[in-house]
Amino acid sequence: MNESTHAIFTRPQSFRDVVTHYCPGCTHGIIHRLVAEVLDEFGIRGRTVGVGPVGCGVFIYNYFQTDFLEAPHGRAPALATGLKRVHPELIVFTYQGDGDLASIGTAEIIHAANRGEKFTTIFVNNAIYGMTGGQMAPTTMPGQITTTSPRGRNVEECGYPIRVAELLSTLRTPAYIERVAVHTPQNIIRAKKAIRKAFRYQIDNKCFSLVEVLSTCPTGWGLTPNESLKWLEDTMQPYYPLGCFKTPENEVKA
Amino acid sequence: MTRILMKGNEAIAEAAIRAGAIYYFAYPITPQNEVGEYMAKRLPEVGGVFVQAESEVAVGNMLFGAAASGKRVFTSSSSPGISLMQEAISYMAGARLPVVLVNIMRGGPGLGGILPSQADYFQATKGGGHGDYRVLVLAPSTLQEAVDLTMLAFHLADKYCNPTMVLADGMIGQMMEPVEFPKNYAEEPLPPKNWATTGCQGRDPIIIKSLALDPVELEKNNIVLAEKYKLMKRDEVRFEAYKINPKNRILMVSYGTMARICQTVIDELEQEDISIGLLRPITLFPFPTKEILAEAVKPNIEAVLTVEMSMGQMVEDVEVAVRDKKPVEFYGRTGGIVPTPEEVRDYIMKILARETPAVRSWNG
Amino acid sequence: MPGVIIDKGYCKGCELCVKACPQQILSMSKEITNRGYFSAQVHDPSRCIGCQICALVCPDAAITVVTHGQRYVLYDY
Repeated sequence: MNESTHAIFTRPQSFRDVVTHYCPGCTHGIIHRLVAEVLDEFGIRGRTVGVGPVGCGVFIYNYFQTDFLEAPHGRAPALATGLKRVHPELIVFTYQGDGDLASIGTAEIIHAANRGEKFTTIFVNNAIYGMTGGQMAPTTMPGQITTTSPRGRNVEECGYPIRVAELLSTLRTPAYIERVAVHTPQNIIRAKKAIRKAFRYQIDNKCFSLVEVLSTCPTGWGLTPNESLKWLEDTMQPYYPLGCFKTPENEVKA
Repeated sequence: MTRILMKGNEAIAEAAIRAGAIYYFAYPITPQNEVGEYMAKRLPEVGGVFVQAESEVAVGNMLFGAAASGKRVFTSSSSPGISLMQEAISYMAGARLPVVLVNIMRGGPGLGGILPSQADYFQATKGGGHGDYRVLVLAPSTLQEAVDLTMLAFHLADKYCNPTMVLADGMIGQMMEPVEFPKNYAEEPLPPKNWATTGCQGRDPIIIKSLALDPVELEKNNIVLAEKYKLMKRDEVRFEAYKINPKNRILMVSYGTMARICQTVIDELEQEDISIGLLRPITLFPFPTKEILAEAVKPNIEAVLTVEMSMGQMVEDVEVAVRDKKPVEFYGRTGGIVPTPEEVRDYIMKILARETPAVRSWNG
Repeated sequence: MPGVIIDKGYCKGCELCVKACPQQILSMSKEITNRGYFSAQVHDPSRCIGCQICALVCPDAAITVVTHGQRYVLYDY
C-alpha cells in the first residue's frame, strides 16, 4: 500500500480485538460493533460502564473496552439505576435480550423507564432464547417452533408476542424509544443513527433511552444466516414495526 | 419390564408424569432445560398443562396456585432459579401445600457455572427462605434412583402437605443411563385433599394462607409444622449402607453422584485390603443423624470422611451427628470440577497416615 | 481505487457479506481458517466500488475497507 491509502471502515477501538463466541451470522456482532462505533465517535469510552445480561450476550464484558457489570437475569436496569444514580457523570448502558428484558426483567425495565433513569438500553429482540438452546421467548412469533413450543407457538395458550417498544412508550415519563433492525445495510445505518441518538440523549442528561433491535438467531431458528435475514423481514418486521415511538420532545398526554 | 436409555432430565420428567404430576410450570435454565422441553412435548399427549413462566419467581407462585387446587404439580430448575423460588417455597410451607421441586445443581454462587455442584445443600436443607420451615429433601445418585425418588417425592409431598425437593446435580441431569418405570405404580393410600380450594359449593369456604397476625395463632401454626417435621425425622429417614462392616477404618458420608465416586474408591481399596465403608444419605432432610453416629462411634472407625462437590456443607451436619466422638474430615472440589477417585483415594491415605488436619488435631 | 481486506482471524464464514455485496465480488474460499471456518474472500478486487456494505453487515468486524487516493464519504454513517 502507498502513503495515500486510507482506511475508511475499520474495526472500532471500543470493540476489543477478540473473536466473539457468537454463532456465524448472529447479528449480536453487528449491534456490538454499532455501539462500539458510537462510543468511539462520542469519545465516551473511558467513562462508559455497561451492564450485561444473562443470555447469549452474557460475555459482552469480554468484547468492549469499557468497565462492565454482570447482572442477574433481567435485573440489568436495576443495576444500571443503582450505578447511574450514584455516578450520574458515567455513561451507563444495559444490553439485554428478549428473555432478560421481556420475560424475567419486565418489572425492572418498566420501572426504570417510568422513573426516567437516564441510562440507555439496547434491547436485542430475536424472538427466541438463544443461549439456553432455543426455547420460546415472550417475543416468539405465533406458530414459531421452538423447543418449548414444539408444535408452534399457540396464541390461545401463550398469548401474542410482546411489543416492548410500544409498551414502554405508553408511559407518561419522557423517554426516547425506537425500534430498528439490522438485516439490511440500510437498516443497519438507521440502527446506528438510533443508537447514536440514544447515547446523545444520555450525554445531554435528558431521559431514559431504549433502542429495540430486531435481530436474527440462525442457530435457534434452524436457518442459515442469510435465510434468517429474510425470515426477519418476512415474519418479524410486519409484527414489530420499525420507527421512533417516543422522544422526550413529544410527551404522551396523560 | 423394559429398560430405556434416557437422559436424566428426561427420565425425571417422565417419572413425574407416571406419578400423576401433569401440571408443570418452569423457566429455562441450564443444565435442566431438557426437563421443560420434554414436558412441552409430552404433557399435551397426556392431557397435562405446561406453562413457561416469565421467571422463577412467577413459577414459584404459579405452583402455589396450582397446588392449592389439590393437583400434583411440580417444577424443575437449577441453583440460581431455585434461589428465586425461595419466597414462594416459604409461603407454600407456611400454607402447608404439597409441591415437588427438582433442583439440578450447578456451580455457584451467583451466575457461577453450568457444571455440576452440590453447593445447594444448605439452601435445600436449612430452608433457603425465611421462617421456621423445612423441605423434605431426596438425593438420588443414579438415574434409576432419580426416577424412583421423583415418584416418591410426590407421595411424600402429599403425605405431609409440605414442599419436597429432589436434589440432583448437572451430571444426573445430563447423563444417560438405562431406567425403567414401574408398570403398575401403586402408592400407599393418602388422605383425601379436603383442604383444596376447589369452590365452596356444598361446604364452608376454605382459605389457604400463611398470614397469622395474632402471635398465639402464628406460634400454633409453627408448632404444627414442627410436629410434622418430627414425624418426618421419625419415619422418613432413608440411607444406603455400602460395604459397612467391622473391618472399616474410615466411615465415608457422601450423597448423590459423589457417593458413586466414593464407591469406586472403596472397591479399589478393598482390593488392597483397606476396608472403608460408606453411609449414603438418601434423605438429606431428615438427615440420618443417629445412624451416622451409631457407625462412627464403633471402635474400628478412625475417622469420618465427607466428600462433596462444594466447599463443605453436609460436613457440618456430619459434625453435628458425630458430636466430637471421632475426627471428621472433608474432601471437596467445587466450580464444576468432579473429584476423581484417585484424588479421594490419596486423601484417604493421608487420613490413615494421620497427615490431615482433623485427625492430627484429634490425636494431639 | 477502493479495496476490501477480510481478516481470516475473525471471519466465521457466515456469508452475509457475500450476499450483500452489490458488485458480487465476494465469495467463499475453499481453504479452512485456523478456527475451522471457510472464510470470505474477494475474488474480483478490481470491481470494488468502496461502498462498505460488506463491512456494514459483518457481525465480526472482520472487514476493513481502504481507499488508495482520494478520501470520500459515501453516506452519513
